[in-house]
Amino acid sequence: MTGMESLHFAFDGGRVLAPFAPALVGVVASGNLEVLIEPATGTGCRVDIDTSARGFGPIWEAVLRDFHDRHAVAGLVVSIHDMGATPAVVSLRLDQAMSAIAGAQP
Amino acid sequence: MSTLADSPWTRQRSNRAARLARAAALAGVRAKTVQADAIVALLEALIEPGDRVCLEGDNQKQADFLARALTQVSPERVHDLHMVQSVLSLPEHLDVFELGIASKLDFSFSGPQAARLAQLLGQGKLQIGAIHTYLELFGRYFIDLTPKVSLIAAQAADAQGNLYTGPNTEDTPAIVEATAFKSGIVIAQVDEIVDKLPRVDIPADWVDFVVRSPEPAFIEPLFTRDPAQISEIQVLMAMMAIKGIYAEYGVQSLNHGIGFDTAAIELLLPTYGERLGLKGKICRNWALNPHPALIPAIEAGWVESVHSFGSELGMEDYIRARPDVFFTGPDGSLRSNRAFCQAAGHYACDLFIGSTLQMDMMGNSSTATLGRIAGFGGAPNMGADARGRRHASPAWLKAGREARDGLPGVRGTPRGQKLVVQMVETFREHMQPAFVETLDAWQLAEQAHMPLPPIMIYGDDVTHVLTEEGIANLLLCRDDEEREHAIRGVAGFTPSGQKRDRAMVEKLRARGVIRRPADLGIDPRDATRNLLAARSMRDLVRASGGLYQPPRRFRNW
Repeated sequence: MTGMESLHFAFDGGRVLAPFAPALVGVVASGNLEVLIEPATGTGCRVDIDTSARGFGPIWEAVLRDFHDRHAVAGLVVSIHDMGATPAVVSLRLDQAMSAIAGAQP
Repeated sequence: MSTLADSPWTRQRSNRAARLARAAALAGVRAKTVQADAIVALLEALIEPGDRVCLEGDNQKQADFLARALTQVSPERVHDLHMVQSVLSLPEHLDVFELGIASKLDFSFSGPQAARLAQLLGQGKLQIGAIHTYLELFGRYFIDLTPKVSLIAAQAADAQGNLYTGPNTEDTPAIVEATAFKSGIVIAQVDEIVDKLPRVDIPADWVDFVVRSPEPAFIEPLFTRDPAQISEIQVLMAMMAIKGIYAEYGVQSLNHGIGFDTAAIELLLPTYGERLGLKGKICRNWALNPHPALIPAIEAGWVESVHSFGSELGMEDYIRARPDVFFTGPDGSLRSNRAFCQAAGHYACDLFIGSTLQMDMMGNSSTATLGRIAGFGGAPNMGADARGRRHASPAWLKAGREARDGLPGVRGTPRGQKLVVQMVETFREHMQPAFVETLDAWQLAEQAHMPLPPIMIYGDDVTHVLTEEGIANLLLCRDDEEREHAIRGVAGFTPSGQKRDRAMVEKLRARGVIRRPADLGIDPRDATRNLLAARSMRDLVRASGGLYQPPRRFRNW
């Protein structure tokens, strides 16, 4: 797709989650996004983003670092398909996805 | 009359008589009644170069036929007019400058023409006296900007020239009073001439000429917000407003801005507000246009009264059926009045809540952006502490206590304070940050040679900043540094928000200056659109029992 930007982040530390069923929230629509959280091997938290809004890497990093600080979990991969959602919507979707995962609550 | 003409104390009256005599000689003018095709000749006969002219441009109702006529006068005969009008919304409002008919402008709001106004100013086609708030401009109509000729709009006239404005009375009484009682001339365009008016809004002896417009006056539905477009984040912010501010202070009387954020609050009262047990305790008396989004709250018995600046298309029958809530005439239809409602919103309301495009770290906010001169409208009246207020209410007293607690000397004198809430998502559309280090207003002031940056609401009037990240209570800040970090602390991931001092923000949070959704007992995951009392235009129609009839463009069924 033209105009899409791919971003990848990885965060260390946090409690490694026991195996869980993947969680999918949100929709791929203008101003919105889809978040998929799946278990992954290893002790990190990996985030892969495809976004239609180019040039916001530093803001994504800040939003995701905040997410990781809040939940402090590891052993998962987060895949995001974004269509220009604001950071407020991104954080909300991430929290919704986490609450759908058994054992993710501190 | 000749003795009058000779007196140095009655020159304005003699001048008026001379103008009327010129008009009386025209074909197509019989007493007060003017044929539509004689209107340009009438304006040329009545208006003199350099006159102050009010071309009624309200927020909604427009004297559009007279506006077109004014663009057709000969600039040889009529030129250098000084336009004094509250709103510039039609292209004709600026055409008169481009055509060399007018040269100076004093106004309040120019949202729809903001870019072209900036352009014409840059080209030297006009000079701006000042950008006002509504009440301020109306005030100057009676001091130093009294119109010589006013071109106004009404729905109907009778043979004597009495006027019925319909529900959009808006600015008309203020304009006509200033003009008619200072030897000026009032010309009204009307949609129809009838034998008996439903009611008299403007008496005939304040009106000089009436012309039947070939088309009904243009009215814009400005305050209709489709609930389908309200986002979950707006629901979250509305929950925080209700629980963290309205309930906290016991806000009884208030004015809402016109955005989706405040529409969300209106739609959450009968659901979330009800659940919190707040019915009857908050939001009873309103200074507000008849927002369709308020229908569910009215129907649920939350609302005791609504006084309005203007009306809203589609709400006519609903208002007619709810005279206990709205101000209506003996004919049953709404009587609005912008001047009175602005005064009411300023002096008689505990709270104003609205949105902005930009806010700086002192809390100053502005809707001015580069290349656009949009003006202020009413927000600065609503969004300013009423220093002349003396009547007490629990909300006003609590805000005043919070602001003054522990202050020495004159700053500690007990008094109340108006709650002024700025409700903004940290990022606007296209990821434009709402929080900035420097407002565009400063650069605009320089470009347009304004004496001051066009700040809509001054930071020292703002009491609360509400974003999706939390509420900053600026009343509790004791110095500029605390204020700055209280604002940064709710500015989210904007560059300004990321510059926060984290330790200081946590200290402010511990003191309750900053409150996160969790601190208010709100889980953002509960903020779903299911909380909205109406989720579509159709729901609003249903809530009104079929009385609300949305304009066609809002119907998708």
